[in-house]
Amino acid sequence: MMASSYNAKDEDGHITVTGPGGGTLRSKKPENTAFKQQRLPAWQPILTAGTVLPAFFIIGLIFIPIGIGLYVTSNNIKEFEVDYTGVDMSSPCFNCSQNFSWNSTTPCTCTIPFFLEQPYESNVFMYYGLSNFYQNHRRYVKSRDDSQLNGDMTSLKEPSKECEPYAYHDNKPIAPCGAIANSMFNDTLELFYNDPNGTKVQIPLTNIGIAWWTDKHVKFKNPGAGEANQNLTAVFQGTTKPLNWRRPVYELDAAANNDGFINEDFIVWMRTAALPTFRKLYRIIKSPSNGMMPTMPRGNYTLEVVYITTMSKNLGQNLFNQLNPDYPVRSFEGRKRMILSTISWMGGKNPFLGIAYITVGSVCFFLGVVLLIIHHKCGNRNNSADISN
Amino acid sequence: MGLVASFFGQLCGKEKKPEEERHLRANDRSFNLTYRYANNAIKTSKYNILTFLPRNLFEQFQRLANAYFLFLMILQVIPQVSSLSWFTTAVPLMFVLSITAVKDANDDIKTEKVDFSWNQLADPKFVFHDHSLLETVKQGNPDAQAFFRLLALCHTVMPDEKKEGELYYQAQSPDEGALVTAARNFGFVFRSRTPESITVIEMGKQVIYELLAVLDFNNVRKRMSVIVRSPEGKLTLFCKGADTIIFERLHPSCKKLVEVTNKHLSEYAGEGLRTLALAYKDLDESFMDEWKQRHHEASTALVEREEKLDELYEEIEKDLLLLGATAVEDKLQDGVPQTIEQLAKADIKIWVLTGDKQETAENIGYSCNMLREEMKEIFIVAANTAEGVKEELENARRKMSSSSADKPSVIKARAGLFWLQKTETVQDEKVDGEYGLVINGHSLAFALEKDLQLELLRTACMCQTVICCRVTPLQKAQVVQLVKKYKQAVTLAIGDGANDVSMIKAAHIGVGISGQEGMQAVLSSDFSFAQFRYLQRLLLVHGRWSYLRMCKFLQYFFYKNFTFTFVHFWYAFFCGFSAQTVYDEWFITLYNLMYTALPVLGLSIFDQDVNDRWSFQYPQLYTPGQLNQYFSKKAFVRCMMKSCYSSLILFFIPWAAMHDTVRDDGKDIADYQSFALLAQTCLLIVMSIQLSLDTHYWTAVNQFFVWGSLAGYFAITFTMYSNGMFLIFTSAFPFIGTARNSLNQPNVWLTIFLTSLLCILPVVAFRFILIQLRPTINDKVRHKMRNEALPATTKHVHVRRISTRRSGYAFSHSQGYGDLVTSRKFLLKIPVRTRPALFTETDSPLAQNQPQHYRTITEEPEGSQSP
Repeated sequence: MMASSYNAKDEDGHITVTGPGGGTLRSKKPENTAFKQQRLPAWQPILTAGTVLPAFFIIGLIFIPIGIGLYVTSNNIKEFEVDYTGVDMSSPCFNCSQNFSWNSTTPCTCTIPFFLEQPYESNVFMYYGLSNFYQNHRRYVKSRDDSQLNGDMTSLKEPSKECEPYAYHDNKPIAPCGAIANSMFNDTLELFYNDPNGTKVQIPLTNIGIAWWTDKHVKFKNPGAGEANQNLTAVFQGTTKPLNWRRPVYELDAAANNDGFINEDFIVWMRTAALPTFRKLYRIIKSPSNGMMPTMPRGNYTLEVVYITTMSKNLGQNLFNQLNPDYPVRSFEGRKRMILSTISWMGGKNPFLGIAYITVGSVCFFLGVVLLIIHHKCGNRNNSADISN
Repeated sequence: MGLVASFFGQLCGKEKKPEEERHLRANDRSFNLTYRYANNAIKTSKYNILTFLPRNLFEQFQRLANAYFLFLMILQVIPQVSSLSWFTTAVPLMFVLSITAVKDANDDIKTEKVDFSWNQLADPKFVFHDHSLLETVKQGNPDAQAFFRLLALCHTVMPDEKKEGELYYQAQSPDEGALVTAARNFGFVFRSRTPESITVIEMGKQVIYELLAVLDFNNVRKRMSVIVRSPEGKLTLFCKGADTIIFERLHPSCKKLVEVTNKHLSEYAGEGLRTLALAYKDLDESFMDEWKQRHHEASTALVEREEKLDELYEEIEKDLLLLGATAVEDKLQDGVPQTIEQLAKADIKIWVLTGDKQETAENIGYSCNMLREEMKEIFIVAANTAEGVKEELENARRKMSSSSADKPSVIKARAGLFWLQKTETVQDEKVDGEYGLVINGHSLAFALEKDLQLELLRTACMCQTVICCRVTPLQKAQVVQLVKKYKQAVTLAIGDGANDVSMIKAAHIGVGISGQEGMQAVLSSDFSFAQFRYLQRLLLVHGRWSYLRMCKFLQYFFYKNFTFTFVHFWYAFFCGFSAQTVYDEWFITLYNLMYTALPVLGLSIFDQDVNDRWSFQYPQLYTPGQLNQYFSKKAFVRCMMKSCYSSLILFFIPWAAMHDTVRDDGKDIADYQSFALLAQTCLLIVMSIQLSLDTHYWTAVNQFFVWGSLAGYFAITFTMYSNGMFLIFTSAFPFIGTARNSLNQPNVWLTIFLTSLLCILPVVAFRFILIQLRPTINDKVRHKMRNEALPATTKHVHVRRISTRRSGYAFSHSQGYGDLVTSRKFLLKIPVRTRPALFTETDSPLAQNQPQHYRTITEEPEGSQSP
């Protein structure tokens, strides 16, 4: 052993110096420990054919079935999507999307009929989808005040600088402040089932349970949430609504547990999307309790998009998009969609993972074969070759 | 405090008058102190408590990286410019600065302690510890006594007794000194000499011999003799010399003894020891008188004096009686030839720069296997004019390669930061066979001139071995500079003496050997150790590991940060080029600082592809480092391409997997925060696996660091995204709930798994293919390591050259000292000859001007006596 051979010779050359006081200065000899002498026991794996090739085959064999499973699952998810932006003249929503034709006294509603070819079982989720909407823009993402949204009274009255230029309006603090809140989605979507016998039945939509539990219960709180007999109108006294909103935040919903900052539509909107094309959960269509009927049977349906008309009377002089009846996306070539979807254990419909797993698994298997051939042809020759001295 | 005082002095604009005289009183400390002269305490520590912070910070910000990050931090304070919070740069910068500051402070405190020890160091009694002089006095037969008496008398050593009992021997060769010392240790102390007498203390009794003649050494005679008269009046001739020469002159009665001695001599020569045969002869008075007369005539002859003297010597040095033989172990330290052989195998070119004279240097060259007898030719450049040197160098070059061009081929290039540095490199030339070059200091002075230096470099680089002897300290540094400048090679200088300091400082790496030569070399070196042979461990083991670790560290560091950055580049296309970060700000802060710091630290502390014994077994493992193979511009580009690929996977797989998808309860998962968490988790796992792939040596610490960092990441992430942190620091931790809500989704984990695999698989496949098709030496040794037992330790058997020359005596002696000791000249003050330091030879021979205080008897001389 190398180290022991050194030990035998250790005394040579190592000078022990004796000071005048007779004290011996410490020797500089490094300690003979496994750590200091770099002899710690270690596992030294190397890439051999015995480990690499089986790994490739096993990964291939595992990935392909997983991929098939994922693909089948994704395929079984039913999804229906309809674009209601109203870009074409023929589109029913064309009129409402044009600001000039809109008369502020009458509500603008557009009706889009569609046909579901398959029945949708269990809970059906209704999403609105926006495209080309950069909710992930740096300055947009920053433009919010989490303290205010968490019910902090100080922040309610003095919104954070991050919210600028949507922090104050008319010297009043905006609640909720910031660009995200200001641009909240505000189209109202309604679904009707056209019975085979001709009647039009409105489908009940649930707007509770669409936001993350943590958001609803921890991240978002109304100011003065703990107090008894909380009156939201009083609490928000002295603040003003975001410029683009038609109603103040305390009038978002009639139900007290869904009003103010804890309104779930608002919470869902505030969870900004990672990508410019995104969908957000709008409503849930609960499956009927008897369980015999599909939630949405095969048949004809109608989507009615109602643009909010209850505008306050004194607005309209400063922001052009307030003249728009609908949620405006045409200025940036955006698109609006309504999506109906069922879900599975792996979430919504997305065939990518399944296809990717199948592909990667096959590639792995194929690579394994290639490596095996290479190893067979060249490996042995090279590794057994002697090392020239 | 002196520093502060002078600083204030300058501050106050006090003008300093040139100091013309100083008033001091010997041994009057209190008087002298009134003048406030600078004291002579050594001070190498940089800071004191007051100056530490500003000075240390100033020094740290002189480093480009730190200044850059300071600039970045300043930029981040401006909200319009920055995409990140101030803490993302501030926290890591403070961390690095404080760590460095602690290290600097610690170093400085240590330096101060050293200062303190040196300031004592001025004690006259400061001597080496080993006083145990082995006093073995042989009793008994007269032959043994005659043996040591001969050693005490027959030499040209000068004694110097400055104090009672403290003898300094000045010998012309180390062997001489060793033999006289051996005699002394055996009770025959050579005490003093005059031109006519030699005083020896024999077994405690002072005996004065009358010195009648010294029959000096020369290269033909290869022996020396003295003729002395003992106090009893007995005339004796003592002779020592090369065995072959002595054996020719023996009395036939010695035949039996010769046989035994011959056998011993062969053994010694086989072990590489330098041998001498000893013989004596009693003379009778009348013969002596007559011989002396003739000797006087011959030595005063005007013509053919040398021949006549030789004839006379020849006449008296015959019918000798053999006493025995001596063998002197090489003064080389243990393992020098092996080390040199190992280093040569590692393709390290070794040049010896020594102050020794040519014969000694050559001799050492032979004994440490640098000069070999199977070499085609050994060129000796010893001209005294520039033209002569030029001619000799050119001749040597032509002989080695007849086709070699007149002009050296110099390649001009640019290197360094921004290619600002101009370089000139002299190309290597091909030579068949091995050659050696010995050049002396005088010629070297000419050869180092501007017009000849390239010629010298060319010729020297064609030779396997280059020995420069009689070199001054300045020339040593010049040679190093020459090689540095025109070979673009990394140079290492190793030496033990004060005259090696300039060379140690000139070379890239300076190594000092601590030993008997004092501490100057050690103090000016980067590394120091006690034995030359540790050089092979320094280079072949630790140096190699260090290079490997550094390269792996750099590659990994570039890889992980390039990948990190490239992901942002891809994301820019999806966030309107708004510089939105993909990752959480806290992740950005902690990524380099915590999550990926320890594993790579573990790698750079512990990693070894091949352990020390295999590194010794295959010194050629060292060569990739010399060719810069592990980290070069090419490797850098490769690293960037790999990062590019990884970042594409790391962004687009999560992108595709999360695009328009939802959780298993229909809620949002494609939101920015979940996506950030997914992307950063993928990145960190890929980085951990990549590090694991790079780690060749998995100690428990490495395991702990890798798993610990991953576990730490999840622990810290869950903590930062917890309700508590959000409620306390609402604006700092907006990611509340993200970890809980997205890491419980199967598709998130499937995405992480897929991403990691896609990043790692090509790397594994590529490495495997390389190992199969073009295995490097490292791969081969690692493969061997797996299948074979550890190689035995380096053999300590003395596999020295099997020499055809049995006696090295001739090589360490020179003529003329006999005249010196019999003349009166030496009684005058001889300037103290400092021993020239030798590049490879570090144990100082006894010849130097140093008291004989260390144990020598057991190791150095080996006396063989007649039975």
